[in-house]
Amino acid sequence: MANTEYGYNSKVEGEVIVTRADAVVNWVRSHSVWPMPMGLACCAIELMAAGGSRFDISRFGMEVMRFSPRQADCMIVAGTVTYKMAEVVRRIYDQMAEPKWVVAMGACASSGGMYRSYATLQGVDRIVPVDIYISGCPPRPEALLDGMMLLQEKIRTEGGSLRRTFRGRTVETKIVG
Amino acid sequence: MNAAALTADLQSRFPGINVRPSKDMPAFDVPAAALADVVRHLRDAHGFDLLADLCGLDRGPAVSPRFAVLIHLLGTGHHAYLRLAAACPSDAAPAVPSVSAVHPGANWHEREAYDMFGIRFDGHPDLRRILMWDAYPHHPLRKEFPLAGIPVELPAADVAAVTGRRVEAAPMVGGPFVSPGGTMAKAEPIARDESWSEEHPKA
Repeated sequence: MANTEYGYNSKVEGEVIVTRADAVVNWVRSHSVWPMPMGLACCAIELMAAGGSRFDISRFGMEVMRFSPRQADCMIVAGTVTYKMAEVVRRIYDQMAEPKWVVAMGACASSGGMYRSYATLQGVDRIVPVDIYISGCPPRPEALLDGMMLLQEKIRTEGGSLRRTFRGRTVETKIVG
Repeated sequence: MNAAALTADLQSRFPGINVRPSKDMPAFDVPAAALADVVRHLRDAHGFDLLADLCGLDRGPAVSPRFAVLIHLLGTGHHAYLRLAAACPSDAAPAVPSVSAVHPGANWHEREAYDMFGIRFDGHPDLRRILMWDAYPHHPLRKEFPLAGIPVELPAADVAAVTGRRVEAAPMVGGPFVSPGGTMAKAEPIARDESWSEEHPKA
């Protein structure tokens, strides 16, 4: 008979789960993403729609929008980033605690979009490292959810999730106890 | 409101005011020095109590006077519009008197005109840039300023240091894009020159 039991079996394993620390940490992180809504233009309206009941981003465990960067670990850059605003985006990114991820939502945040002009930053990846790009102008909430699920996948498959390296700087998380 | 009587009154009080060609509303060319007084007189004596718009105008470096300030006034009592144009006497350092003491709503309009065109408004209480950052060295709506922008430093030195980035000229692949006109279906903006792209540089 084929083994049809998957996952945790209390009869076999008792009260012990054997796994890798990375897998547990990644699982926890990917299911409690706390986004920082960096709403700068019309994409923010779709971001709000994604938080509403019809699309309901909380199904994926990431509805806890936090306007304080100290309490957030995923910055969703939703909208056009001007050069004047780029400073603020970077500062807020710097204030977020490690580990942290950035989602560039929509054409403007990804590449400057239709704003080929003197005032607009041509893609937010010029000032912060971007994990997920979402196309659309603006993207529908489904596209945002798809992007966020991709981000979850990325978090889950991150190797050495206790240690993250960014631009030569390594941040190590220590497990105590 | 009687346009002829208005013209006669203005020309008797403020020498140098001329009727400006206009298709929609009464319009006057006003000497820059008298601009604030004219606006005040129009508000107090003729009922033009609402400043609908104030903007700058650049005719290009080949024309003198190059810069002008356009003001649209509305009388909320008689529902008539009026246009004033004041050419800046100096092309190198354009300046006109501020009307923000007459119409406080002109404050931000004048800051925008200063930001975009470099026109100074004498007597303005707080003449700073309003859209671009304070240290920005150019005035983007001047005719000689390219739409793609001119490379300068980022507003914040620490952000520029950590990211290694500057303000770069935007890639205008094939652009600028202009509408050929006609019906809406055919008026989609297209590039004047499609012979180049990000992969194939302009010859």
